[in-house]
Amino acid sequence: MNKRNSSARFEIIRTAVAVAIAMLVAVVIIFSVSEEPVNALYNFIIGPFTSLRRIGNVIEMACPFIFTALAVCVMFQANQFSMIAEGSFFFGALCAAVAAIKLPEITGLSPIIALLIGTVAGGILGAIPGFFKAKWKTDEFVISLMLNYVALYFSLYLMNLLIRDASAGSKVSEKFQDSFQLINLIPGTRVHMGVILSILMIIIVYVFLYHNRWGYQLRMAGCNIKFAQYSGINTFAVILGSQIIGGCIAGLGGAVEMLGIYNRFQWTSLPNYGFDGITVAIIAKKSPKLVPIAALFLAYLRIGADIMSRSSDVPSEVISVIQSLVIVLIAANSFLSGFRHRMLVKESMKKPMVEGGNEA
Amino acid sequence: MILEIIGTTSFWYAVLRVSTPIIFASLAAIVSNKAGVVNIGIEGTMLISSLIGVLISAFTQNVLVGVLAGILAGVLAALILAYCALHLKTDITLTGIALNLFASGGTIFLLYLVTGDKGMSGSLKSLVVPTVHIPVIKDIPVLGEIISGHNLLTYLAFLCVFLTFVLLYKLPVGLRIRAVGESEGAVASVGLNVIRIRCIALILSGIFSGLGGIFMSMGYVSWFSKDMIAGRGFIALAAEAMGRGTPLGTLIASIVFGFADALSNYLQSLQVPAELVMMIPYVTTVVGLLIYSIKRNSKNKFKKEGKNESKINSYVN
Repeated sequence: MNKRNSSARFEIIRTAVAVAIAMLVAVVIIFSVSEEPVNALYNFIIGPFTSLRRIGNVIEMACPFIFTALAVCVMFQANQFSMIAEGSFFFGALCAAVAAIKLPEITGLSPIIALLIGTVAGGILGAIPGFFKAKWKTDEFVISLMLNYVALYFSLYLMNLLIRDASAGSKVSEKFQDSFQLINLIPGTRVHMGVILSILMIIIVYVFLYHNRWGYQLRMAGCNIKFAQYSGINTFAVILGSQIIGGCIAGLGGAVEMLGIYNRFQWTSLPNYGFDGITVAIIAKKSPKLVPIAALFLAYLRIGADIMSRSSDVPSEVISVIQSLVIVLIAANSFLSGFRHRMLVKESMKKPMVEGGNEA
Repeated sequence: MILEIIGTTSFWYAVLRVSTPIIFASLAAIVSNKAGVVNIGIEGTMLISSLIGVLISAFTQNVLVGVLAGILAGVLAALILAYCALHLKTDITLTGIALNLFASGGTIFLLYLVTGDKGMSGSLKSLVVPTVHIPVIKDIPVLGEIISGHNLLTYLAFLCVFLTFVLLYKLPVGLRIRAVGESEGAVASVGLNVIRIRCIALILSGIFSGLGGIFMSMGYVSWFSKDMIAGRGFIALAAEAMGRGTPLGTLIASIVFGFADALSNYLQSLQVPAELVMMIPYVTTVVGLLIYSIKRNSKNKFKKEGKNESKINSYVN
């Protein structure tokens, strides 16, 4: 127990140090490129807390991150490096948008149906690389990346074909029917029902992964697929299932984002939430419990950077530096390993003394 | 209608043109994969090089300096990747993803600082690598129109395929690179430095990625625009897998993707919906990779414990 505690503590310290180093680098960059670094930094760090609206912005931005990060958690825990969260998110959003424009309104049920359609759409897309991998050992990484582009262009094609608003100057869809939009929770912000759904989803994924036979099989196959095979686990089902689940969660996320934030479909390129989901999942150590914290943190950085770029001369893309540094530092096994070693030595030196004290 | 397009010489000229970045990128994939390092950061490396090439050539007004700076940027990106993956022992896939994220945002960041524009480098007077007309060949009727008059980098790409072959199969360093990929332990046991060999492979990979990126912004078009690589670095990974890691096989796979890319460019001018046409290169990649996997899988069934299997699995493990 003691050893487990100290190693968990070490992981938290390591993540915190990684984040701190990345932030420090960002500060250095801001100071070196900006003519008004103090103003820029103030807006970046404090900006997101200065009004209810901005706090709302952080929460509503964390919502899609939570969905894509959960999708990534499930797939990465099964050791499936599928990047399909990006494509599933987009395709799910488009399908929900089509439903919200074309389907007849049913009181109370409308948004649920649209969300389900988005979920299924995302799942179907996620199943493609999963099935190829399970059946023919096709590399899911490259296939899913290619499918993201296919999903993008196919969705845009469907948008054009089915729901495009011909009277609008730009490429946008018609407006969604009102009953399909997710209910707003906090007036004065755009925080919507989807936030509650995302919390629900965290609980579901946590229970699925850690308190369920399938989830256990999934994680075991992720740790060692040969061992799982020999102990009679259906690895075909794990490989395919984990990627379908991942696709479904990301698709639902896309649908929630579309119906919660927008009133018409207006994306023309991939919004990158899938890759942000990877960042969040890695900060959260692939654990659903930690996903909301990591998602809120990334959303805070994003909103901060956004406010900074609007009120100073530093572009918001400085975030990508932070993001990539955090991924690398957390993924680096030998980062702070000397520190870990010393901590373990200290721990083991302490242990016999405590035990001796108890006996005396 | 499609046949009409394929029948023209200008189409085949375009195939060679759009294949060029994919050839460079897939050479980058070959060299690193042979050393047992799956370089997912090729995409990002290309993007960085394409911006640096444009910026430096615009400031120095010298094409050669621009190209060299772009290559240097590619090497630098590869060294960062090597430092993280080999020294800090990060997961190579995650590091590659991080590099791509960094490149995608970092290039926009830098572009904005220099030009005040977040989308394109149109305001900069950057240079392009010149095109070359080959003396005798350009006068041959059909062939001349297809082969001659290309960008210098296109010819360099084909030359590099040959050089990579020589490097990997005829030179001692190539033997070492392949040996590290086959069996790390065996190489270490004869006293060679595994990390150094992998580092060399990644640097070569960075040079090729850099050339591919430079071609995009200083040959294919004459400007930098955000995320202009558009998955070509990833398509290259697929080309490498389909070409079974051999330079010639990979060249052929790259040209197949180039064909799909060129076809999509041509169809855009016709009545076909643009969105569907844009899908063609990516769908081709998926189908190509799938056919390759099915074939490999049925072959492995005969061999039972096939050796090739472990290579793709190394993505996962």
